[in-house]
Amino acid sequence: MENIERQIDRSQMTVSDEVAIDIRNMNKWFGSFHVLRDIDLTVHKGERIVIAGPSGSGKSTLIRCINRLEEHQAGHIVVDGVELTNDIKNIDKVRSEVGMVFQHFNLFPHLTVLENCTLAPIWVRKVPRKQAEATAMRFLEKVKIPEQAGKYPGQLSGGQQQRVAIARSLCMQPKIMLFDEPTSALDPEMIKEVLDTMIQLAEEGMTMICVTHEMGFAQAVANRVIFMDQGQIVEQNNPTDFFNNPKSERTKLFLSQILGH
Amino acid sequence: MSDTHAQTVAFVRDTMLPSAAPPIRESGAIRWLRENLFAGPINTILTILGALIVWFLVATFWDWFAHSVWNASSLNECRAIIVATWGEGARGACFAVIRERWNQYLFGFYPVELYWRPTMTFGLLMVALAPVLFSASLTIRRVILIITAVVTLSAMVVLGAPVGWLIFAALVLGAGLFASERNITWMLPFSLIYPLLGVWFLWGGTLWGPIFVLVGPLLGWAAWRVLSRVSPLLATVAAILVTLLFWLLLAGNAASDAEALLPLSIEAVRSDRFGGFLLSLTIGVAGIALSLPLGIVLALARQSDMFLIKSLSVIFIEFIRGVPLITLLFVASLLLNYFLPPGTSFDIILRVIIMVTIFAAAYMAEVIRGGLAALPKGQYEAADALGLDYWKAQRLIVLPQALKISIPGIVSTFIGMFKDTTLVTFVGLYDPLKSMSDAVRANIEWKGIYWEPFIFVGGIFFLICFGMSRYSMYLERRLQRDHR
Repeated sequence: MENIERQIDRSQMTVSDEVAIDIRNMNKWFGSFHVLRDIDLTVHKGERIVIAGPSGSGKSTLIRCINRLEEHQAGHIVVDGVELTNDIKNIDKVRSEVGMVFQHFNLFPHLTVLENCTLAPIWVRKVPRKQAEATAMRFLEKVKIPEQAGKYPGQLSGGQQQRVAIARSLCMQPKIMLFDEPTSALDPEMIKEVLDTMIQLAEEGMTMICVTHEMGFAQAVANRVIFMDQGQIVEQNNPTDFFNNPKSERTKLFLSQILGH
Repeated sequence: MSDTHAQTVAFVRDTMLPSAAPPIRESGAIRWLRENLFAGPINTILTILGALIVWFLVATFWDWFAHSVWNASSLNECRAIIVATWGEGARGACFAVIRERWNQYLFGFYPVELYWRPTMTFGLLMVALAPVLFSASLTIRRVILIITAVVTLSAMVVLGAPVGWLIFAALVLGAGLFASERNITWMLPFSLIYPLLGVWFLWGGTLWGPIFVLVGPLLGWAAWRVLSRVSPLLATVAAILVTLLFWLLLAGNAASDAEALLPLSIEAVRSDRFGGFLLSLTIGVAGIALSLPLGIVLALARQSDMFLIKSLSVIFIEFIRGVPLITLLFVASLLLNYFLPPGTSFDIILRVIIMVTIFAAAYMAEVIRGGLAALPKGQYEAADALGLDYWKAQRLIVLPQALKISIPGIVSTFIGMFKDTTLVTFVGLYDPLKSMSDAVRANIEWKGIYWEPFIFVGGIFFLICFGMSRYSMYLERRLQRDHR
């Protein structure tokens, strides 16, 4: 919690009625292991959702299904009005509208920071190079590392790399951002700079789904917290009620374990 | 202890220590000797043993080298000179054979008055390679291109090249140097047409041949453009079919018709006149240039999710790797003629190049597969998550990294393949090592000479292979991106 200094002003932030992501009866198996069971989840435009839960509960798999890094075997996932099927065109369309930030950054080590940020806009969106570079610099300024544009990822600290990864996703001007444990691989001193960037994004009204163990971030930013266990959504609520008044025993146990010490 | 409060357990530092220079340790030659040669009893014994072996080798061969004869017209004359100079029973090398026959080791039986053509071809090869191999460093490029220009042009003058071709070579070399100073990528179009030009320079004949060879893929590309909207798979198949059919059925006649209308030919040289390092380099360079792309395609195919493509690739790779190269060369020289329609003449060097290429490509594919496997899964996922399609992800993210990882293996394969070009001796081609030396020894003047040609040929092979090895190390250093 100590990483979060400010609460964002929720009264200023509107969640529209427009549906961004609609997941119905979604099931997924890894081999015979039933990893996601009957997931139903509707995310509206502008919503900021935090997914919490013990490891192995399927949180990461769930958000990786949203941009089809994992394939679901039953049910429906509709992202921004496009249903994810085996149609490769739909998949690429969804992927170009959905940004993703990974636990291990996954920057391209053979390209400079600036090239990392301009690659997808140039090759996927067909943006002219000059314009793509201008956009990239704007987002690098936003994550506060424009001076690193000419360096290679290997020369940056973990926190800087993760901020570059966020800028790289933003350069595609996505409608939805997915965060898969963005601070789990970072040193404590660097977590804050990444969380600050994410809070700033939230304030600008970005639709976000964030798998994280940063409960302070959830309290400060989320308008819905989802608790998952054994591949199922066990509880979801607004952060105030979720943290102060959890309903299910499993949630209580989880919260006592991560907040208790 | 000014900044510690000695009486208390709790400690607060008042001033930060400045960084100090490391202690001066023992250094210099003595330390190096002690650490590397005499670090312990076993190490010392090994050092002495090694020194003895080196001494034995030098003592054995020193006289032989020191008594070298460079001016003689036959082996007997050589021996007579050695005896006359160094006394009865003296041994000595007779490098005069190299001085007399170097041209055969380099050019085989290529017509002497046309030696300037392979020379020019090799010089222009450097220009064609510059944008590909030396794109990063202006200094290296400048040195290489200036040396190439001076050596090529003076060699062409000495070998009696016609003035027109001298001017042509000078223009291309000059253009290469000019582009190198400004923007070396200007030379890429030349690099692309160089293979056809090179073939024409070496074998001669009509220029229409290479031109119509070029037309095939252009027609294929047109077919692909038309059909790609219908189905990408169909378009690809059609493009390949159109190209092959054009080459097999139309290109030959079209070239001779065009030649009749507008003659554009230089003196033709048949494949059986090729030999020595001209042959090795022709097969080696062509094999290297072709096996890398084929190897990449095979490696990607082997990783493919599509069962048919994956199986074909696995079968191809495992079959080719399971068969000795000599078997493939025999297939190329003997069996292939049975399968081809009667009357088709399919050049023996071309057949050998094809076999060497697929052989090297199978190994290459496995080397590159290693590079692909070494890439973290996150790289593929990040590329996917950004919406890059398969080919863009491979081209922009996966292959640049996988190939970089594979550089040592790829260059090893290249070096192995280049040395294997000497195996063409078994299908009747004049490789520099065996066939060429046999041909030299067949002459009564040099009958019985053995070591000297091998040392000469081995030396050239070593220079080329060592060059490739050093280049690969330079490339690895240049592509180093993790600053740890």
